[in-house]
Amino acid sequence: MERKEGSAGLEIADTPFEFFTVAYLTRIGNLSAGTLAELLSGLEQCSDASIFHHTYQTLSSHHFLTEGFSNDFAQWVLADANRDALAEQLAALDIRDYTSIAALRADLCHAVREYTEQHPEFAHQQALERFYFCESLEVTLPFGVTARTLQEFHDGVKRLSHSAFYFHFISSRLRLHLGTNDFSHWLANSLGLKTLADNINRIDIYTNTLDSARAKLLRLVERERRKHEPSTVGEPHPAV
Amino acid sequence: MSPVQLANRIPLSDYAGVIGEGEIEELRTLAKPLAGRSVEMVNSTAVGGGVAEMLNRLVPLAEELGLKIRWEVMTGGEDFFEVTKAFHNALHGEPYHADPSHFEVYRSYNEQNLKRIPLDAEFVVIHDPQPAGLIQARKNGVGHWVWRCHIDLSHPNRSVWDFLETYVKGYDGAIFSSPEFARQLKIPQYLVHPAIDPLSEKNRELEPEFIMEVLARYSIDPLRPILTQISRFDRLKDPVGVVRAYRIVRRYFDCQLVLAGGSASDDPEGAEVLREVKGVAEGDPDIKVLELPAWAPLEVNALQRASTIVIQKSLREGFGLTVSEALWKKKPVVASAVGGIPTQVIHKHTGLLAHSVEGTAYQIRFLLSHPEIAARLGEHGHQHVKENFLITINLKRYLTLFLTLNKASKN
Repeated sequence: MERKEGSAGLEIADTPFEFFTVAYLTRIGNLSAGTLAELLSGLEQCSDASIFHHTYQTLSSHHFLTEGFSNDFAQWVLADANRDALAEQLAALDIRDYTSIAALRADLCHAVREYTEQHPEFAHQQALERFYFCESLEVTLPFGVTARTLQEFHDGVKRLSHSAFYFHFISSRLRLHLGTNDFSHWLANSLGLKTLADNINRIDIYTNTLDSARAKLLRLVERERRKHEPSTVGEPHPAV
Repeated sequence: MSPVQLANRIPLSDYAGVIGEGEIEELRTLAKPLAGRSVEMVNSTAVGGGVAEMLNRLVPLAEELGLKIRWEVMTGGEDFFEVTKAFHNALHGEPYHADPSHFEVYRSYNEQNLKRIPLDAEFVVIHDPQPAGLIQARKNGVGHWVWRCHIDLSHPNRSVWDFLETYVKGYDGAIFSSPEFARQLKIPQYLVHPAIDPLSEKNRELEPEFIMEVLARYSIDPLRPILTQISRFDRLKDPVGVVRAYRIVRRYFDCQLVLAGGSASDDPEGAEVLREVKGVAEGDPDIKVLELPAWAPLEVNALQRASTIVIQKSLREGFGLTVSEALWKKKPVVASAVGGIPTQVIHKHTGLLAHSVEGTAYQIRFLLSHPEIAARLGEHGHQHVKENFLITINLKRYLTLFLTLNKASKN
């Protein structure tokens, strides 16, 4: 791909990064579960939007807590069904490993099925509260901000709302089917900054809040920019 | 302009200091395609209670974003509000003996209001059961009609729900405050949490001098722990249960109890419950039962900020916005695991839940013994409210709903 060179040796992308605004509306489904057996049945039957809601969306809803809440299924199994071992297995599923909802659903079902087969005595035990399957309806609109340079990209990311940052950084993984996020994809393919793209993609979305993930991302971008400034070449890089 | 007198307007830009510039820009972007579109909100009281309070804030903000929004309040006689209060309790699962005359009163007032309220907006949102019958104004499926239910419908009285459902199924969708409140309906059901306004008089920062002045006014000792429940004097808020929990805590801690609230114009039971509470509290100078005029927002704010622990020991609850108010002020909250409360109080993360008088007392004792845990719960609670239960988030959900309905009708 042809790229023009901008200031400080950094390039100007031919294809701009387009920032989006996103809003989610939760639709309450007609499925619910009071036992692990019912949870399994719900996991098999519910919509893709429901799996998305209870796994990807959870990270956005409880992003300020870095303990627990890796997904709603794990949280319910822990807090309401009181089955710690299964909760740990469900919580260990990392959405970064999936490029499709079908694959994620299959692994969720596998974990619950295997556990209930090994512990049939718990399969029909009533949980404290029921689990209600919901789904996310997504509305996206162009934010009216685009970036062609690293500086513009930095400024755009800084302006994003939590949900827009989540949309580009987390939920985009499903859209791209590439195991990466919108930001890294653009940085690698449009600005040729593969190392920066990889470093951004490595930011842990489970142990960071959305705010701290964004702060890390911005620090990485700033460091990259400084690398290309003649006056600062050779200076130590701040830790990220 | 709204036919209801609105509280002081706060410009949207003022919220940037609370939620950040990005969130404000996002609201403006989402509202752009809805500019000039008409919206009508209808409920049954202009003063008192969470719904009126939210609309008071939501309507001016939506107007600032360019929506042609108005807020109408249905009118009714004492007989209507007695019937709808009975319906309200029955829908919350309280015992109710079906009386055909009640249904007649309901129908009659809804018909009167049909003639009075112009219901011609593109998006009509009807709040709660009282005005649900206004759906009859809808002609030939024109516009988007949504029923916004603020109460817990998880165990409704069958006869009242069956009656109400005949109206509800005519809407394009229903909004609930928690997934467990939803019913098996053929129309889409959405989840929208109620919200508080961080800049309103009830929630904004206060000068410490003012807080001390309010405590002095009600002879509350600032040096001893203060346990507070702010809510209407309503049996479903269990104020008597709060007194019983406080009496258990008193065996271990020299604390005070403040029960403060007002009454909504659509709640005829309030005065009776207040008398009961005063009777139970009699003889204990450390229990302050305060009937506040029209919710006295600044005083409520001061009492919440002065509290050591905030209690919400409801037996049934639609959502319980007083919980979010307390969490916003970084207060540790001990609350019943009912209705929408567990959505706000995530046990051991943003507060503590209880299921009984004894459980409530135990959790209060635990927090009084562990102030560092209480402080951490308060911090997390504040963040949880910031992300989920502020009026700006509520506004965003409505904008998203209108965009979704609009898109669905085009398809």
